Amino acid sequence: MTHQKTLPDSYYQLMEQIQQVDFVLVELTLYLDTHPDDLDAINQFNQAAYESRQLKNTFEKQFGPLMQFGQSFSNYPWDWKEAPWPWQV
Amino acid sequence: MWYYEKKLQYPVKVSQCNPRLAKYLIEQYGGADGELSAALRYLNQRYTIPDKVVGLLNDIGTEEFAHLEMIATMIYKLTKDATPEQLVEAGMGAHFVNHDHALFYHNAAGAPWTATYIQAKGDPIADLYEDIAAEEKARATYQWIIDVSDDPFINDSLKFLREREIVHSQRFHEAVEILKEERDRKKVF
Repeated sequence: MTHQKTLPDSYYQLMEQIQQVDFVLVELTLYLDTHPDDLDAINQFNQAAYESRQLKNTFEKQFGPLMQFGQSFSNYPWDWKEAPWPWQV
Repeated sequence: MWYYEKKLQYPVKVSQCNPRLAKYLIEQYGGADGELSAALRYLNQRYTIPDKVVGLLNDIGTEEFAHLEMIATMIYKLTKDATPEQLVEAGMGAHFVNHDHALFYHNAAGAPWTATYIQAKGDPIADLYEDIAAEEKARATYQWIIDVSDDPFINDSLKFLREREIVHSQRFHEAVEILKEERDRKKVF
């Protein structure tokens, strides 16, 4: 069914910043799985993990939780439905 | 356990309704070398692969689910506004009479997904070479879809996925080397 949501530009901008940082984290995770002794890569990884958390805090304050099962906090009422599903945007 | 995040790994935009392109993309949804096969193959093999490479299979398997969601998003967006007539014209008539606009795990020719697409031999070298082959076949499939697609937005997302197959293949090659090193080290004693 069609549930196209109208969202401000800032949703897409912030989401893209998150996607960029999280891509670094995916790529470094796989790299570190086969290069566990690369200290520079681990420093980059921890820096990106910090940036990702900062960006997601900002995003969730404006658009609602990105994750649940307790990985994000909830407002009242339950706001898991607020951030749109990714195939709807 | 897994946690879901309301975020695509990479943005998916479409130019316009295009059920013909969606029909081709279904190959990477429920086809032999598609993302469902990939995710299930690696996550199933990880229980019996040596500890040194469990993390890699676990993490690549997890990333494959993010790719499956990107492919699903492409198919959904390309078909959601299509009329039954447009679906028939695009060769999706048989899909429509069984599934309406719902997605389903079959390949571009309509054959349903089957576990016979994947393998688990319990032999780490055999399993990792299967994984390398799977990534190369998926990379080739993405290239063939890009070759027949005229949607620049879809092609951008497909090129991202094609590059991920290359990275996965390289990481699996490294995993083979790690296991060979381990084997040769043990022989010294």
